This record gives sequence, structure tokens and C-alpha cells, in this order.
Amino acid sequence: MAETIEKKVVKKPSEPLLSKRRKKFVIDPLSDDNPITIQVLGICSALAVTTQLKPTLVMALSVTFVMIFSSLFISLLRNLIPTRVRIIVQLAIIASLVSLVNEVLHAYAFDVYKQLSVFVGLIITNCIVMGRLEAFAMGNKPYDSMLDAFGSAMGYSWIIIAVAFFRELLGSGKLFGFAVFDTIGWSTFPTNGLMVSPVGAFIILGLIIWVQRAKMGYVEQH
Amino acid sequence: MELINIGIKSIFIENMIFAYFLGMCSYLAVSKKVSTAFGLGLAVIFVLLFTVPVNWLLDEYVLKEGALAKWMPAALGDFTEINLSFLQFIMFIATIAAMVQLVEMVIEKFSPALYGSLGIFLPLIAVNCAILGSSLFMAQRDYSLAEATVFGFGSGIGWFLAIIAISAFREKLKYSNVPDGLKGLGITMLITGLMGIAFMSFMGISI
Repeated sequence: MAETIEKKVVKKPSEPLLSKRRKKFVIDPLSDDNPITIQVLGICSALAVTTQLKPTLVMALSVTFVMIFSSLFISLLRNLIPTRVRIIVQLAIIASLVSLVNEVLHAYAFDVYKQLSVFVGLIITNCIVMGRLEAFAMGNKPYDSMLDAFGSAMGYSWIIIAVAFFRELLGSGKLFGFAVFDTIGWSTFPTNGLMVSPVGAFIILGLIIWVQRAKMGYVEQH
Repeated sequence: MELINIGIKSIFIENMIFAYFLGMCSYLAVSKKVSTAFGLGLAVIFVLLFTVPVNWLLDEYVLKEGALAKWMPAALGDFTEINLSFLQFIMFIATIAAMVQLVEMVIEKFSPALYGSLGIFLPLIAVNCAILGSSLFMAQRDYSLAEATVFGFGSGIGWFLAIIAISAFREKLKYSNVPDGLKGLGITMLITGLMGIAFMSFMGISI
């Protein structure tokens, strides 16, 4: 009766670093599953910084950094975190990373740090970061989670950079502080003061969402 | 007088939604019906009213440079040099999470009816940017304790007004013929922009 069941160990060939499945993590959030325009996440802290391109770029980089590393850490710890306290653990990890970003900006880019003011701190409550941790990093391996976080961060970044592009161009006639309309000889270009105010951000983002959804054919159900 | 000024400013002129885009996530997600928006708005006012003063105390007596020296006995050492402000984010978010939990328990005990209507929204509030945002603004602007309390309460009221207004619009929008791509999020952003223009007319008011 002593039958030993021999389990045949088949060694799977390891997956290439950028297989088709993994590419999907990065490509999908750029348009089909964009965190801002489709999933409606992370609008909170983003719009306030988009009056100019430079702080927007810094914000996008900060969010990318925080997302990739929080996904890495949560994914490494995913089997150790009790489900009841997971929100607190996630918040603690995100808050530590954001403090790190804040101190680095304070030390090396003081003028941008001044411009961003409280909005660096508000990355903590950015719904995209927590959303990806909850939905992906809690149940997947570290490398996959990092790719997924990178994809979502890129999806978020291109939207806020697009908003900032139009707001700075139409609101003050500049790009990265470079006077575009003066250079091409159209110095009488009428700048729109509304674009610099928060109202401009809402309207530009509304229009970007419209164009993007119309192109994809996505219709929100009531 | 200064207190009334801060109150009016935080409700109308520097409205959390229309001037700083804070709390947009729940503003967009929970504004389909006026009754649920009302519940969430009340919960936000409630939590803001408590968290901003508590965070003020924390900032004043623990985190600021030399804050510990105010109450630590001198026998333990010299605390005037200690500056813990790099811990601000972690401490504030921890206070907020704890306060939300506490407020939830207190409401459950003393007013089960209110708890029934707010219940599901309370945990959501811990990650509402408006709460953390007002604490950070409070710390940045060097308010006194009374000013911080008024500011927290006013910000809550401002947020409440904004979410009630947008949910009323969205209830009516169901019967309008909106282009396909603009349905939902798109049209809500445009309407918020227009409401922002209306709120801009309060600019410059001071008492």
C-alpha cells in the first residue's frame, strides 16, 4: 500500500521581463483604463498644481516614485499584513515615502517646493496610490506590482501634463516659463485669466475627458 | 472679527472644492443623489470640526521646533533644539484615521439614527483629501487654536455646500440629453467649472 505519489516537478521557463501579459499592465492605464478619465480617481491633489508645466512635471515624478515604491513594499509584505489593519499599514508606508519626497524637494528644489506647498503632502490621500495598492499590490508579486504602478502613474502623468500644457499656454502664453507667443511674433495674444484660476482646470479636464472618451467610445452608465 | 472673516473666507472664497480641488474623489463618486451627498457632507463637517483642532494641538506641542520644550520637564534634557516637523504627514494622517474611528464609535453610541445614515461614509472620510488638506493649510498659515477650529468648521461647510449643489444638478441631469462621451464625469467637471465661476463672485469680500 505504500505507494508514494511522486510529484513531477516541471520547471516552468521563467517569464520574460516584458512579456505580453506584463506589457498590458503598463499600456492599459494609458488610455483604455486611465485612472483619471475612466476610473475617476486621483483628481483631488492633481489639478491645483497644473497652472504651470514645471511644478506639474515635479508632481508627476513624485507621484510615480511614491506609487512604484509603495507598490513594491506592500507587495513584499502582502502575506504578512493582517487584512483588518491593512489601510493603516498602507497609509503609513505611503506617508513615509511622501515625507521622503517632501524632504528631498525641500532640500534640492526649494522654489518648486514653495509652489507645490501642501499638495506634496496630499499625495498621501491620492486615491490612485491607495487604489492600486488595494486592487493590485495586495495580491500580486513585486515586479508585476511595480509595472502596474508605473503604468497607472504614467496614465495619471500624461493627463495632468496635458492639462498643464493648455493652462500655461492659454493662461499666460508660456511653456516652461518660455514666452511662446512673443517669440513667434504674436505679442498681442490675448491671455485668458480664467485658465490660471481653478475654473480653467475643471473646464480643460472636462474637455480632455470628453475628447478621450469620444475617441474610445466609452459611455458612462447612470 | 478676524474669526468671522476666516469663517467666511473658508466657506465661500477659498472653498475646498472650487479653489483647491480637495476632496474631489468623493465629491465625484458620492454625488449622484442629494440624500447620500447630504449624509457624506455632514460627516465631513463633523470630522473636520474635530481633526483640525486636534492636529493644531499636536503641531503646537509636539511637532514644531522647540514645541516639546513647552511642557517637557527640564530635568529630562534640553528640548529647545528638537524639530519634529518632518513627521507632520505621518502624525496628521494617523490622527485623522484615529479620529474618524473615534467619531464613528461616539456617533454609534449616542445617536444610532445618525449612525445609520452616515455609517458607510465615515470610513471613507479617512482618505478624503479635504481633511488632510485643511490640517496642512492650518499648519502652514500659523492659525491660533480658535482660528483653526473656525477654519476647520468653515471648510467643512464649504465642502458640504458644494457637494449638495452638484448632486442637485446631477439629479436633474438624468433627464437631459448629454453627448455620449461627456456623460457622467465630463459634464460634472464642466458644471463644477461653471459653479466655480459663480463662487468667484465672492472674491474680495472681507469684514
